[in-house]
Amino acid sequence: MAGFLTSRLFFVSLALVIIAATLPLYVSGYVLGLLTVAFYFGVFAMAWDLLFGFAGEVNFGPTFLIGVGAYTAGILNAQFGWSVYLCIVLGALASVIAGLVLALPALRVRGPYFGLTTLVAVLMLQNFVVVFADLTGGEIGLTIPDVITINAGANYWIALGFMTISAAILYGLSQSPVGLVLQASGQDPVQAGALGFNIVKHKLAAFIVSAFFSGLSGALLVFYFGTASVGTVVDVAVGVNVIVSAVLGGRRTVLGAALGAIFLIVAGEFLRPTGELATFIVSAVALLVVLFFPGGFLGAALSREARS
Amino acid sequence: MRAFQILIDGFAISALYALGATGFTLIFGVSGVLNLSHGAIMVAAAVAAWAAASILGVGTYAGALIGVGVALLTAFLTYFAVVKPIQDSRRIPNEEKEIFVLTGTLLWGIMIQELIAYFFTNNAKTVLPIVEGVVDILGVRTPTNEIFTAIVCCLVIALLWLLVNRTRTGKAVLAASMNPRGVTLLGLELTNIYIVVWAIYGILAGIAGVLLGMFLGVSSYSVGPLTASAFSIVVLGGLGSVSGSLIAAFVVGYLETLTAYLVSPAYRTIPALLLLVFVMYIRPQGLLGRR
Repeated sequence: MAGFLTSRLFFVSLALVIIAATLPLYVSGYVLGLLTVAFYFGVFAMAWDLLFGFAGEVNFGPTFLIGVGAYTAGILNAQFGWSVYLCIVLGALASVIAGLVLALPALRVRGPYFGLTTLVAVLMLQNFVVVFADLTGGEIGLTIPDVITINAGANYWIALGFMTISAAILYGLSQSPVGLVLQASGQDPVQAGALGFNIVKHKLAAFIVSAFFSGLSGALLVFYFGTASVGTVVDVAVGVNVIVSAVLGGRRTVLGAALGAIFLIVAGEFLRPTGELATFIVSAVALLVVLFFPGGFLGAALSREARS
Repeated sequence: MRAFQILIDGFAISALYALGATGFTLIFGVSGVLNLSHGAIMVAAAVAAWAAASILGVGTYAGALIGVGVALLTAFLTYFAVVKPIQDSRRIPNEEKEIFVLTGTLLWGIMIQELIAYFFTNNAKTVLPIVEGVVDILGVRTPTNEIFTAIVCCLVIALLWLLVNRTRTGKAVLAASMNPRGVTLLGLELTNIYIVVWAIYGILAGIAGVLLGMFLGVSSYSVGPLTASAFSIVVLGGLGSVSGSLIAAFVVGYLETLTAYLVSPAYRTIPALLLLVFVMYIRPQGLLGRR
């Protein structure tokens, strides 16, 4: 049954990716730009879901990892003029190191305390950006001289490819034996530990993987935008969007998180004519999903399929 | 001179923080709920008081009352429309209810914030103070309103202490925070206790919000920082420990005031955050928290 489900899910995902890949042939650059951002956001949400849905750790600071990756890449490029690709790799590495620094002490505490430690990390990063304005551009933002490409279609394909590869790796990881151990240690750490699994090591690994993809995606995003600012990659509100995306799409599904992120960003754009009420409507819809379909989009779809 | 000024300003800010954080920690202590719409409820109270006094012209006292009333209503709405459905839901596994409550209240807070911004714009609003004028304390010219704020905060906290420690209802609330199952075994309805706690919370958040609106002014942008500051004060003091959050509120309030006066207002929040990180590393349960 599980094999059938995964294969069904696999074909649906494959079809969606193929359809998405052909979009640049017939939609406007505006739509492509929107989806490009949505795809990077999808990676944020999937990386977050690995940590929450599987390791059971509520990370309130996804933007700490995203922001470190984004700003490292941006600063190295703007200050030293290093090549874009080197900066992206270094950004991802910086994010992994930041993840380690955050995770080692934070994993000692549980539940809300862990959540708060990660939230404080975001606030610290935000203050750091503002205080060291010479280096980071402060509240105005950092202008980055180089971009990957200015072709909307190429940017779109890079984002889509990146999201697809990330999804494959993260989903594969979540279904692997390592993912199962992770899930077990998230649900019952004592029992998982009693069965002989090293919980801390697994959670640390999950944190590193999550940090790597968050940082990589953050670095790619700043080179797409051409700027890095607190409002786009660090602010708590951005982190909230990431969390909402993952919960909307369906926690513990990885792929659902990407769907949730795309929905959130596209819905926000569709509601733009409603002006200031757009955020209200998106939040209200998200709240209704949380209250009535706690499994999220993909969770609801999968459980229906499992019943039939 | 400057030392006195820091002492006085710091006290007023700290007392206000203490009042805001007390309700927040009470709810967590009794029902395990971290209410992330806290800042939104405070701002709703302040904006309601402002609108009643400045647009409808009902006077400052009635305006303040309306503000507190709105906060009380919003708190009940938060409990019945968001928190209770999640707690009662059978589709959400128990160990994940915490994150669902967090996400739910966060979204709810954003909804309140957006509604306020839509109907009353994003502009900062200052509620007309109940008492006006300036007095001289030890050579520091202090607005009377600041003293009024500090006194009201201390009075309300004292009343809360009496309520929790000296009345039957308060003792039930205290018992529920220690052992909810034990309370139900004694024949008390847990839901009733929760309603009492949310009522207390709504009133406290309302008073804190209105006073904040008179003292510093609020806008819909204050929602996030207010929630974050209450959250960090409560964690610094120890989740669920009311006396811990009172101490933490004064620590944070004075640290911020000292930094703002002696270093720069721009760095205001940084030392408090550093302290919070430090405390999390060496004593993760907070100053007076239980594990």
